[in-house]
Amino acid sequence: MSASYPIPGNKIRLTESFDAGFLEEPSFKAGSLDADGQIEQSISTPQQNAYSTNDQKAPAILSIKNFNVQAAGSTILKNINLEIPKGKITVLLGPSGCGKTTLLKCLNRLSDLHPSLKVNGKILIDGEDIFHPTQDLTKIRQKMGLLSQRPFPLPMSIYKNIAYGLKIKGIRDKKVIKEKVEKHLKDVGLWEEVKDRLHGPAARLSIGQQQRLCLARGLAVGPEIILADEPTSALDPISSRKIEEEFLRLKEDYTLIVVTHILRQARRLADHIVFMYFGEVIEQGTPDEIFNHPKSDILKQYLQSGH
Amino acid sequence: MAALQSLRLPAKLTDRLSTGWLNFAVLFLILLPLVIGVGLVIKSLPLLEQASTWKMLSSAEFSPQQGHFGFYAFIMGSALVTLLSFVLSAPVCLLAAIYLTEYSPAWLTQTMYFVIDVLAGIPSVVYGVWGVLVVVPLLAGYVAPALGLSTTGYCLLSGGVVLAIMAVPYMLNMLMEVFRSVPVELKEASLSLGATYWETIKWVVLRKGITGIIAALSLGISKALGETIAVLMVVGNVAKVPKSVFDAAYPLPALIANNYGDMMSVPLYDSALMFAALLLFVIILVFNSITNVLLSRVKEV
Repeated sequence: MSASYPIPGNKIRLTESFDAGFLEEPSFKAGSLDADGQIEQSISTPQQNAYSTNDQKAPAILSIKNFNVQAAGSTILKNINLEIPKGKITVLLGPSGCGKTTLLKCLNRLSDLHPSLKVNGKILIDGEDIFHPTQDLTKIRQKMGLLSQRPFPLPMSIYKNIAYGLKIKGIRDKKVIKEKVEKHLKDVGLWEEVKDRLHGPAARLSIGQQQRLCLARGLAVGPEIILADEPTSALDPISSRKIEEEFLRLKEDYTLIVVTHILRQARRLADHIVFMYFGEVIEQGTPDEIFNHPKSDILKQYLQSGH
Repeated sequence: MAALQSLRLPAKLTDRLSTGWLNFAVLFLILLPLVIGVGLVIKSLPLLEQASTWKMLSSAEFSPQQGHFGFYAFIMGSALVTLLSFVLSAPVCLLAAIYLTEYSPAWLTQTMYFVIDVLAGIPSVVYGVWGVLVVVPLLAGYVAPALGLSTTGYCLLSGGVVLAIMAVPYMLNMLMEVFRSVPVELKEASLSLGATYWETIKWVVLRKGITGIIAALSLGISKALGETIAVLMVVGNVAKVPKSVFDAAYPLPALIANNYGDMMSVPLYDSALMFAALLLFVIILVFNSITNVLLSRVKEV
């Protein structure tokens, strides 16, 4: 339906699904999240090899190089070096206060809101440094959709929540906007629930619906990456499940970076896990490597106390 | 210790006593405006029985000795001086509050909080004196001549300027609280959709804070409507409808303050002043009702 409109999201979608098809084992796609067992099975079988080779081969969409963040003399992030693989779900795992959220917010430079943060190092997206002084911030931010811990719908109607990003992008054609609103609400499975009250206030939705609306709002600007900061921490189990299902579907078209401290969630979602502790990356690898063969003592302890 | 314990009232009784006190306090506060309103009506009855209310509201002729009590000039005086002060102060406060909460460095915001507290604490008579010493000569000596007009300086504009400055600390303080209460995550959401900071403020922060903004601005207006002494000192106090901002005006509070206690031998004068107070009371009541309707209209976002 939206194929006739030259929006960046479409282009990305095409190339990414090509990459995904090219790189991923078909058997991996079969692994859905219907039951935990199924996923864990798919993790512990031949995927191991596929993952480790994939990790080396998968092109990085984001490269974080020698990245440090300091605030008021204390170090929040210390010498982070990461490659975020394209078309995968990367999970940033670790206890509260370990710098996961800070890292996530640096990725689209929301760190700018806190002038006390001293940032140095590089974050490259498509080879461009996000922190370069001449960088067009709005373009960078539109490459990444953000989903925060609690849903924060914009103070306007459901319809306008999604139209907002489109209007910011300069799309004025009412018909295009209308179609995209419908498309993205369908994408997150919200259309049927809200189609009769599109012009009602978004704040009236349930919190789970609000979070899905926030996801749809982010998708509407056609990002390449979705940043999610403990996106299910305020939701009930059923709503959480819906968001997780959505994520697994979205990785066909997008790269996802999900912050969580929930081990089971990491297990269900992750293609690649980065374990952080007190501002440092301690260990990273496939879910199998992280959960079944942890190397560092800190991770072993975290896994134990988490179970 | 044990003796002390036994002296205490039983918990249930304390509970009932405190509930009783709370109810009484609330009832008192609810009845207060009612009592004031009824009192004013009773006191202005002698005048209301003599002359038609509509005529008193629409006539600008105020000559108590002849028994003419027209309040139109005073109502217009109050309305115009309030409007003028609102026009002068509201945009400044709104923009300053946005700057101080969204852009300025922390030390400046802190300094401004201090300045606001000082401004709010200055007695209104001091603002009045300042108006007489600075604003009035400035308008009479420089501003009006520059525009090719002449004025004594004791005029509507002086009143508006002094009132505007007096309203600033109240409005600014409240507006800053409104903007500070907008959650940072909401701004992050807008920014992450590619909005610039200014777009975020325009479409999200202002929209989210709209009820607070209306409340803050209406507080400023209420303050200006009721302010007496500072306005009285600079506004000229001539019972005529002003034709320009350089004409003198005579707001309702100034009328009451200037004349109450004098000239009480004039028949119905006492009652006329009470009617002026009643008018002020009704104006504020109507204004607040309008604000409330407005608030309930925009509340749900």
